[in-house]
Amino acid sequence: MLGRLAAQRFREIRQVFRQIPQAPRLFSTALNYHLDTTDNNPDLPWEFKEANKAKVKEILSHYPSNYKQSAVIPLLDLAQQQHGGWLTVSAMNEVARIIEVAPIRVYEVATFYSMFNRTKVGKYHLLVCGTTPCMLRGSRDIEDALLKHLGVKRNEVTKDGLFSVGEMECMGCCVNAPMITVADYSNGSEGYAYNYYEDVTPKRVVEIVEALRRGEKPPRGTQNPKRINSGPEGGNITLLGKPKAPPCRDLDAC
Amino acid sequence: MGLGLLSSRTLLRSGKLRPGIFTPLLRRSIVSTSELQNAEAAQAQPDSPPPDLPKRTPVGGARVHFPNPEDAIEVFVDGYPVKIPKGMTVLQACEIAGVDIPRFCYHSRLSIAGNCRMCLVEVEKSPKPVASCAMPALPGMKIKTDTPLAKKAREGVMEFLLMNHPLDCPICDQGGECDLQDQSMAFGSDRGRFTETKRSVVDKNLGPLVKTVMTRCIQCTRCVRFATEIAGVQDLGMLGRGSGEEIGTYVERLMTSELSGNVIDICPVGALTSKPFAFKARNWELKGTESIDVTDAVGSNIRIDSRGPEVMRILPRLNEDINEEWISDKTRFFYDGLKRQRLNDPMIRGPDGRFKAVSWRDALAVVAEVIHQVKPSEIVGVAGKLSDAESMMALKDFLNKMGSNNVWCEGNGPSPNADIRSGYIMNTSISGLEKADVFLLVGTQPRVEAAMVNARIRKTVRAAQAKVGYVGPATDLNYDHEHLGTGPQTLKEIADGRHPFSSTLINAKNPCIIVGAGVFERNDKDAIFSVVETIAESAKAVRPDWNGLNVLLLNAAQAAALDLGLVPESGNSIESSKFIYLMGADDVNLEKIPEDAFVVYQGHHGDRGVYRANIILPSSAFSEKEGTYVNTEGCAQTTVPAVPTVGDARDDWKIIRALSEVAGACLPYDSLTAIRSRMRTVAPNLLNTDERQPAIFSYSLKPESRQEMSTVPFGTAVENFYMTDSITRASKVMAQCSASLLKK
Repeated sequence: MLGRLAAQRFREIRQVFRQIPQAPRLFSTALNYHLDTTDNNPDLPWEFKEANKAKVKEILSHYPSNYKQSAVIPLLDLAQQQHGGWLTVSAMNEVARIIEVAPIRVYEVATFYSMFNRTKVGKYHLLVCGTTPCMLRGSRDIEDALLKHLGVKRNEVTKDGLFSVGEMECMGCCVNAPMITVADYSNGSEGYAYNYYEDVTPKRVVEIVEALRRGEKPPRGTQNPKRINSGPEGGNITLLGKPKAPPCRDLDAC
Repeated sequence: MGLGLLSSRTLLRSGKLRPGIFTPLLRRSIVSTSELQNAEAAQAQPDSPPPDLPKRTPVGGARVHFPNPEDAIEVFVDGYPVKIPKGMTVLQACEIAGVDIPRFCYHSRLSIAGNCRMCLVEVEKSPKPVASCAMPALPGMKIKTDTPLAKKAREGVMEFLLMNHPLDCPICDQGGECDLQDQSMAFGSDRGRFTETKRSVVDKNLGPLVKTVMTRCIQCTRCVRFATEIAGVQDLGMLGRGSGEEIGTYVERLMTSELSGNVIDICPVGALTSKPFAFKARNWELKGTESIDVTDAVGSNIRIDSRGPEVMRILPRLNEDINEEWISDKTRFFYDGLKRQRLNDPMIRGPDGRFKAVSWRDALAVVAEVIHQVKPSEIVGVAGKLSDAESMMALKDFLNKMGSNNVWCEGNGPSPNADIRSGYIMNTSISGLEKADVFLLVGTQPRVEAAMVNARIRKTVRAAQAKVGYVGPATDLNYDHEHLGTGPQTLKEIADGRHPFSSTLINAKNPCIIVGAGVFERNDKDAIFSVVETIAESAKAVRPDWNGLNVLLLNAAQAAALDLGLVPESGNSIESSKFIYLMGADDVNLEKIPEDAFVVYQGHHGDRGVYRANIILPSSAFSEKEGTYVNTEGCAQTTVPAVPTVGDARDDWKIIRALSEVAGACLPYDSLTAIRSRMRTVAPNLLNTDERQPAIFSYSLKPESRQEMSTVPFGTAVENFYMTDSITRASKVMAQCSASLLKK
């Protein structure tokens, strides 16, 4: 009898291992170590554009002059916007030089946050929220629709360099789930936009992608024409009147 | 290095066994204390612990230092009251109470990280267990380390740590000395509940010295903190987050720091191990011998681990005054040079120019014959960098008996001044450097000349924001320094007060001036020293309570040589010599030796000297003999033989003693104690091991020099950090390091 129990337990354990593991859901687009490529190596020079240099100074002015390293995140963000949505090693080295720390400290910050892309992304980086409320409302279908339409895998860039799809954490639009974000890197840091497209359906999301491809700017926010922002379809049915005023405006007089 | 690292001052080291003094060590004497005789008075003391608790002593025999005795606070560890200085953490309080708390990320010499959570203990009135390494101990705290909560916490943390840890013990070099193994046996539970797949991490290439298996890393960040704080190179970092965290350099960089080998000791698991030692031996097979390092003048305390006749690895020993717990890469990895290019038989060069192995009898007979055929003024002896004091004493005695006084040691220059000790010693002592607040480095690059002194300077710069001014060629120091100039003119400017740094020096409380021994080789050495003396006077660097005028020596043999008086009569004696006795001396300029001179090379490696030698007498290396070495601070230390000598080699001084008998000028000592008594008549400080004599005579006793200072800028004394003497030049690992790790 013990033999049977043992065999059963063995089978159970084997089943756990045999389960086809789901594709590892990578959040960050890159590995935690750097491999030199022709367009990403420490020998390539990189510096902030003239217009951005003024922005750098402005950012540094927010922090005490002996704690320049506090500016690492905004500066990395600016560098990412300027470079078309991703950070090269030389960009990170330049930021390290500006804030006067060793480059490894900047690498540590850049690898910690998944929104810092360390490999190439498309001009329009599409981020699909995959957290529970959106998932319940079908974000997996949205993502599959995007990947099928563009013909890429997650974090891969399309051949024309225009689109890439990634997963994002909750962006706070749970009332308008499911939603995607489009990070628009097509115009450098001046034209950088980070817009939410909410209440999307697989069909609508493909339409948005095609509109972006044509160079149009689809309206952001809820894509459900019957809703206004986070209100319900057909308009509010509660809180229709004005709020009741306090009994006496002049509290001292009452 | 595992818990409970004891400071290893053996009886031999503490000088209790001085020759001639009989100490009844094996008899225990019965001691009566005043408490035993005065029972009522003892009970009346309120501070003593309850009589049923056993008395506790601090972990590892440590002593507690109270910087401010009025500020002592009392805490209770497992019911035992203990007095600690204010500001100590709970973990340190437990250590004073004799309780060793398990930890992975905490290290007494690094900043506190608090990320391993293994040090959790229960503190009364605290809702959660407390990370003892980070929590400051407050007065009246009741700390409990053996309650079920603390034990469950340790088991839980250990279970988490072992979750992603690979089952590598059989193939991991750290097995047997692994903190994770030891602590899981002592504090962990016997089974885990993890049935998922473990994560694995890509290995990083850190160079030819440090082998990385990053899957084993438990992310304690000790290596990151060591590299940032103590080594001064910000190379390593923690990349990524969560279970995918990796320690690495992000871009492929080799660890070029000269202290990089110490991360091997620091890493509690087998993630960072020694590449030359990989898969060679287990630590329980090795016999550890406590010895002294001779690759530089610091005299770091090491433990030579050997298996049979082979030195397997070298580990540091704790010595707070010299090297703390670290050793440089050269010290750690040069031991494989002890196996290559060894001289093991006496050899005579035949008429065809080739060497023939002969017996000792014949070799000594030939040397004795030749030495009698030359005039005394044509006899020259040169002691090498790695010579111990006994052999230098024997060499000097023998050559003096033969009528020659042209004996000197490599590195001391053509006309060394051995009269005033403070002129060639680090008077501040290495641990005293921590009290300095301004440093002036003259012609010395401590990073390559004496890595442990450099580490101490860096420690002072970090802790006290000490200022460092450097005069010499542009060099890379791992702390902020001002490059004041490149040559002696800068010194003149500082002495005259014309340089902006002069005011920094004058306003310093404890100025420290370090002159490199490379200055000894210069012709204007006396002029430079007199200028430095002027600077020291104006900065008040030499006072009764503080002596800040130092010389940083380069070789392990220099200080002992000068103590024993190995000063040649004339600096150019080599050009006119007919008989040259090179005792391990490989840096002599072989071109200066005349064609018809008879050269005897007595050494352990077939380095440069043998190419010109006529006779080779094999001698033992530092790991095979008991020798006295004086470090740059003037502290005498002895090596202990760890492995037997190679082939037919003998100790240096014994060869010279035998030679003297064959040559008819027999030296009067036959044993180690006898030659040490002879040393005592010349330099008694060589026998007082581990003691430093403060300089009695100030340097100003020297007569004024009338030399002209030249304008030649200071040079670098050590070109290649990894290859400085015969053993390191023979080492394959050092060759790999100098090929890949030297900063171009």
